[in-house]
Amino acid sequence: MRHRQVIAVLALAGLFVALYLYLYKIGVYGELKCGTGGCEVVQASPYAVLLGQPVALYGVLGYAALFAVCLTGLHPRFAAQRWPTTALAVMATLGFAFTAYLTGLEAFVIHAWCRWCLGSAVIITLIWFVALPAALRSRRPRTVS
Amino acid sequence: MKRFYLLLVAVAVIGGALLYMAGKTKAGSVSAVSDVPPANDGFKGNTLGSDSAPVEVVEYVDYECPICAIFATIQFPTIKEQLITTGKVRWRIRDYPLRIPAHPNARYAALAAECAGEQGKFWPMADSLFMHHDWAQTGRDVSGLFRGFAQATGVDLAKYDACMQTQKYAGRIAASYLEGEQLGVNGTPTFFVNGRSYPGRATSDGFKAYVDSLIANRTTRR
Repeated sequence: MRHRQVIAVLALAGLFVALYLYLYKIGVYGELKCGTGGCEVVQASPYAVLLGQPVALYGVLGYAALFAVCLTGLHPRFAAQRWPTTALAVMATLGFAFTAYLTGLEAFVIHAWCRWCLGSAVIITLIWFVALPAALRSRRPRTVS
Repeated sequence: MKRFYLLLVAVAVIGGALLYMAGKTKAGSVSAVSDVPPANDGFKGNTLGSDSAPVEVVEYVDYECPICAIFATIQFPTIKEQLITTGKVRWRIRDYPLRIPAHPNARYAALAAECAGEQGKFWPMADSLFMHHDWAQTGRDVSGLFRGFAQATGVDLAKYDACMQTQKYAGRIAASYLEGEQLGVNGTPTFFVNGRSYPGRATSDGFKAYVDSLIANRTTRR
């Protein structure tokens, strides 16, 4: 149960980061608070759009889904069930892999760093570190003493 | 459990407040370049290619123009490979930032390219402006973005900032625009080949065919 709480908090924080980048991308915000121009360089690159949609939108949807699964899994009706833990591990792994790809693009293709994207990368990595061991633990048969 | 929900509420409140405050920053501001009189300092544009190339192409360009961006990213790499690196063509870029409301950052982009050019980074900067063309026509403040481009090219940022703040080359850009007008340029990109208006299509194949025919004519006349 504790891992679902931790992931919920992290996913909510990640949701705000992704939402900030998405709102910038669709023109709601005029500039990104970044310190350097790196965030805007990354956001203006062709890699900031995937299948016709801003990459940040996938982040918003991903974190929202993680958050929703966490809250569902914390409901007393589902608290003892294993599927929310498995679903979180699968989603976190997908998110982590996608973020690793995006971070690689920043490092080797775009040659600019977006601090907000890195913030999101740290969040999804933490989520993955929490979700994966929890899923592995949940697969072990419980011993009764 | 109660503490967990309190923590969630705290994250939601802080996140919401930060988003709200970020939204208070002015959206849609444009990095303006003052209207300055043309100052002809003798500069005739940035060039790429051999000084002894038999053909010179002059391109009047507006960095905010989508067709210029498509040309620069799709056609120009092939032109560079087939005509410029082979020594047939010298390519010269002249500024022609269109004075239309749809291109509010055109002059600022030209200034950024010139300020990077001052430090020998004109072409990488121009490439960045065209490659990351998402900035164009949004009306956003692009100063941070362009500074990021400049930083990525490896310029000395202090010098770049000083150049941008003083709008060092605004007069040069205005002079280039005026020269373009006098030559009959009324849109971008507009090309001149060896001083004459280019009659072909703005494609790598079009330029190759035209340049090859010019060189062939030159050879047969000898």
